[in-house]
Amino acid sequence: MYSEKVMDHFSNPRNVGEIDNANAVGEVGNAKCGDIMKIYMNIEDNVIKDIKFKTFGCGAAIATSSMATELVKGKTIEEALDLTNKAVAEALGGLPAVKMHCSVLAEEAIKEAICNYLKAQGVDIENYNKCENCCRGD
Amino acid sequence: MSKLIYLDNAATTSLDPDVLNEMMPWLQNGYGNPSSIYSIGRDARKAIEEARGRVAAAIGSKPNEIYFTGSGSESDNWAIKGIADAYKDKGRHMVTTNIEHHAVLHVFEYMEKQGFEVTYVPVENNGIVDVSKIMDAVREDTILVSVMMANNEIGTIQPIAEIGARLKDHQAFFHTDAVQAIGNIPVDVSKLNVDLLSLTAHKFHGPKGTGALYIKRGVKIGNLLHGGGQERTRRASTENTAGIIGLGAAIEKAVTKLDENSAKLREIRDVVINRVLYEVPFSILNGDREKRLPGNANFAFRFIEGEGLLLFLDMYGIMASSGSACTSGSLDPSHVLLALGLKHEIAHGSLRLSFGTDLTGEDIDYVVNSIKTIVQRLRDMSPLYEDYLKNKTTEV
Repeated sequence: MYSEKVMDHFSNPRNVGEIDNANAVGEVGNAKCGDIMKIYMNIEDNVIKDIKFKTFGCGAAIATSSMATELVKGKTIEEALDLTNKAVAEALGGLPAVKMHCSVLAEEAIKEAICNYLKAQGVDIENYNKCENCCRGD
Repeated sequence: MSKLIYLDNAATTSLDPDVLNEMMPWLQNGYGNPSSIYSIGRDARKAIEEARGRVAAAIGSKPNEIYFTGSGSESDNWAIKGIADAYKDKGRHMVTTNIEHHAVLHVFEYMEKQGFEVTYVPVENNGIVDVSKIMDAVREDTILVSVMMANNEIGTIQPIAEIGARLKDHQAFFHTDAVQAIGNIPVDVSKLNVDLLSLTAHKFHGPKGTGALYIKRGVKIGNLLHGGGQERTRRASTENTAGIIGLGAAIEKAVTKLDENSAKLREIRDVVINRVLYEVPFSILNGDREKRLPGNANFAFRFIEGEGLLLFLDMYGIMASSGSACTSGSLDPSHVLLALGLKHEIAHGSLRLSFGTDLTGEDIDYVVNSIKTIVQRLRDMSPLYEDYLKNKTTEV
């Protein structure tokens, strides 16, 4: 039911782990529903220099986390905020319909981490025009 | 991948070569319609009646109490809908448990839409129903009680004989889904005091697509399938001759070898359960430790999700199943695991192993070691495990 790309990112996930002094951390999902994604980033000069993740969830949850981190690594905050769940799913060669929510979670996790970073930087999130989709959990 | 290890015998089993041999003539020259008057039809009829005798002998019934069906699910559907249909004037209440197979549970949900009232008795935390709770649920207008003999996920064995004895003087008929039980534990309808019992061949090395419903003599039942006069006018459809012959052959062999096979399975099961609980931290056995099928082990591993475990096991050549949400495409964990009182996040991390007798000691080592490696790998990726290590606050 999974594409080869999904199986590849599930069995050899990229960027798994934690970053000790991460300046951007975001966690979305809940254990009850069976998916939690936690993203760690090191953002320097507006660029995501390093990114790691930890995920509790099914194969698709792990694969979408892995792919999402790959897609935004080395990108600017603005570029990363343009990430869509569709882009994550497409980069994985598609996801079964019942697993599309995993790609949504991956997008949200990236944006949650950036949102938390911006807030810590004192950015006015309300008027931050690039962050329409982040900080949804607040 | 060098070797495949099949640990999903509760889902289905391999076809026994001896059973296949008995079936083959009926897939070749023995194609006559058993209802036909000429010789190849009569031969098929005779073989079907012999198979009926073998099924009856295996479960302690009379041959004319055995009705062949297309599956275990059909037998369950027929038992419940058929009793409701025949006895709705005696009452519109039925009793079951909250861990039944979907072939029973979803039928009851359907019956509720048809105006029947259903009481779902919750099982205890060990996955076994309390007989007195069943009896408390039974009312004067109860027409059917349906309790599975052994659970398909956690393997727990239900007190069917006790319930049967208590229901003896009540109008309610007693049905049991014995699909997982046959070939694993003794099943004798006269000792169980059941009125209806479902079984299916492919769970004990017979062919798929052939089941049976035992209907005690004197019990009326509405038809599920209308048409020709097969199965003494109760179940229309040209008989699946080869499948029925296969069912007869498989059940005879399963029951003959019951003691030997169940002893082997119990030994395998106990080694695996003891080793996994001892060697994998934060692992839980779901369902009663003793009162479970000889070939069933069902674990929950905290901090991880079951689908990832299954996918990795598959890469290691190990075929197993899970009570996990993701496998069924729904977001809810298995109703059986939730019925045990497991929290959602723990129920998500479940693994069912259902063994075959051919498993070697070497296989067991490989399986246990693979589970250990994979569980740790998934935990290393899990933010829940990370939280636990940092805070140690999560309760066990």
